Amino acid sequence: MSRQPFTPAEYHELVSRLTPPSRMLRGYWRAFWVGGLICCLGQALTLWAQGLNLGEVTAPMFTTGCLILLGTTLTGFGVYDQIGKYAGAGSAIPVTGFANSVAAPAIEFQREGAVMGVGARLFTLAGPVLAYGIASSVVVGVIYWLVRGWVM
Amino acid sequence: MSRAGEQTFIYDHPPVIRAHASIVGPKEGRGPLADWFDTILEDDILGQKSWELAEMEMVRRCAKDAMNRSRLSDEDVQAMLGGDLNNQIIASSFAARTLGVPFIGLYGACSTFVQALVTASALISGGFLENALCVASSHFCTAERQFRFPLELGTQRPPQASRTATACGAALLTADCDEYGLRITSGTIGRVIDLNITDANHMGAAMAPAVFDTIAAHLSDTGRTAEDYDLIATGDLGWIGRELLLALAEAAEVSLPPDRLIDCGASLYAQRQDTHAGGSGCGCVAAVSCGWLMKRIEAGDLNRLLLVGSGAMLSPTSSQQGQSVPGIAYAACIERSGA
Repeated sequence: MSRQPFTPAEYHELVSRLTPPSRMLRGYWRAFWVGGLICCLGQALTLWAQGLNLGEVTAPMFTTGCLILLGTTLTGFGVYDQIGKYAGAGSAIPVTGFANSVAAPAIEFQREGAVMGVGARLFTLAGPVLAYGIASSVVVGVIYWLVRGWVM
Repeated sequence: MSRAGEQTFIYDHPPVIRAHASIVGPKEGRGPLADWFDTILEDDILGQKSWELAEMEMVRRCAKDAMNRSRLSDEDVQAMLGGDLNNQIIASSFAARTLGVPFIGLYGACSTFVQALVTASALISGGFLENALCVASSHFCTAERQFRFPLELGTQRPPQASRTATACGAALLTADCDEYGLRITSGTIGRVIDLNITDANHMGAAMAPAVFDTIAAHLSDTGRTAEDYDLIATGDLGWIGRELLLALAEAAEVSLPPDRLIDCGASLYAQRQDTHAGGSGCGCVAAVSCGWLMKRIEAGDLNRLLLVGSGAMLSPTSSQQGQSVPGIAYAACIERSGA
C-alpha cells in the first residue's frame, strides 16, 4: 500500500519548486574575476619570463610551473578550498585548480600509506582530465595531420 | 510485546532512558543549540592519527559519558546497539572493541540512532536485555572523504546540500520499572521509499517521502493524530526537506501542524553558518535528541515526543551507477513517565 500522495513526476515538480536555485549571476561574476585574475597573473609571469630571455617555448612552461607551485602551496595551507568555494569554476579551470585537484587527495589519503593511499589516489580527480585530455589531443592531432595539406 | 497495525511496536514494558550524553564538534558548538550539548570538542581530530579514529574516540567518550551518568560500568551494560556512516560502520565497532560491550551493529544511514532506540526497546520490553546502550555518530571529515571529495578540494556546494555533522549521541535504556524519567512507549519501523530522486546532494528531497510514510504509518497504527504529540522531531531533512514533508502531508490530508514539527538538521546550525540545507549524519539526530529534546522532556517543557530518524540509503557506488536515492525513516515515541 502506498501512502504517497504524489507520483514521482509530480514530486519532482514539487522538489524543483521548493528548492532554491543556485545564484547563477553572482557565481558567473565571481568565476569571471577570480579566473581572470589568475590568468592575468599567468600572463604577467610569462612576460616577465620572456624579459629574462627564457624564450617562447620555455617561458609558458615557467609560468605553468609557477602557477602549479602556487596552487599546491595554497592547497597545503588550506586556502585554496576557500577560494574554490568562493570562485567555483574561476579557480577550478586554471592550472592552479588542476594542482589543487592533485594536492588535495595527496593530503587526504596520506594516512592510507604512500602506495595505496597517495600513489593510488593522487589522480582520482585529475585522472579523467588527463585521460580525456590526452585522448582528445590525439584525435585533434590526427585531424590536423589529415587536413594540414588544405589549410596550410 | 504487541504490535499495532502494520509497522508499529507497542512496548508492553516500555524501557526507561536512564541516561543520555551528547558530543558535538566545534562548528556545531557554535550553533543555536550550543548551550544544550554535554560536550563541545575543541577540535575535530581528538589527538588521533586519522579522522576515523577520531570518530571512534568520540563514540567511546560519548558511550562512557552515558554509562557514567547511569552509574553502570562496561561490565553491567548488556548490549550496545549503534552505527555510523563509515564503510562497515568502523567507528561504532571499533569503539565497541575498546569498551568490550556485546555489540549489535546497525546501519540505517542517518536514521541509525532511532533505529537503535526502536530495536533496543523491543529487546528490553521482550525481556531479552535488561539494559542497552544506543549510540550513533557522524564526523564531517570521514563523511566528506568517503561520500564526496577530499577536504582541501576547492568546490562549491549547491543550496540543497547538507553538512554532515560532527556529533555523537548515546542513550542508555534500562528495564527498570520505577516511575522515573523518560520512556520509549512505541516504535515504528519504516519502509524503504524511493520517489526517484537522483541528486545525491538533495538528501532532504530523497528522505521526505520516507519520513512522511513512517509518520503516517505511526499515526494510523496507533490511532493517534499529530496533535497527540507535543512535538514531532524529524532527523535531518533540513530546511528544504521540512517544507517538502509539510507539502506531502497537506496533499495526503494528514494533519501535521507546522508549529509542532521541527527538524534536527535544521535546528543544529544557524543559517549564517553557511551549511546550506542544514545538518545531516547519524550524529545529528542522536546529539540533538540526547542533548536538547530529551532534556526538554525532562524539564517538563514537552510530554510526548515523536522522534523520527531518516536515512538516505545511498552509497558512492550506487550514485556513480546512476541509481536513485531511496530513503527510510524510523519513529520512536518518547514520553515522560506518568504523563
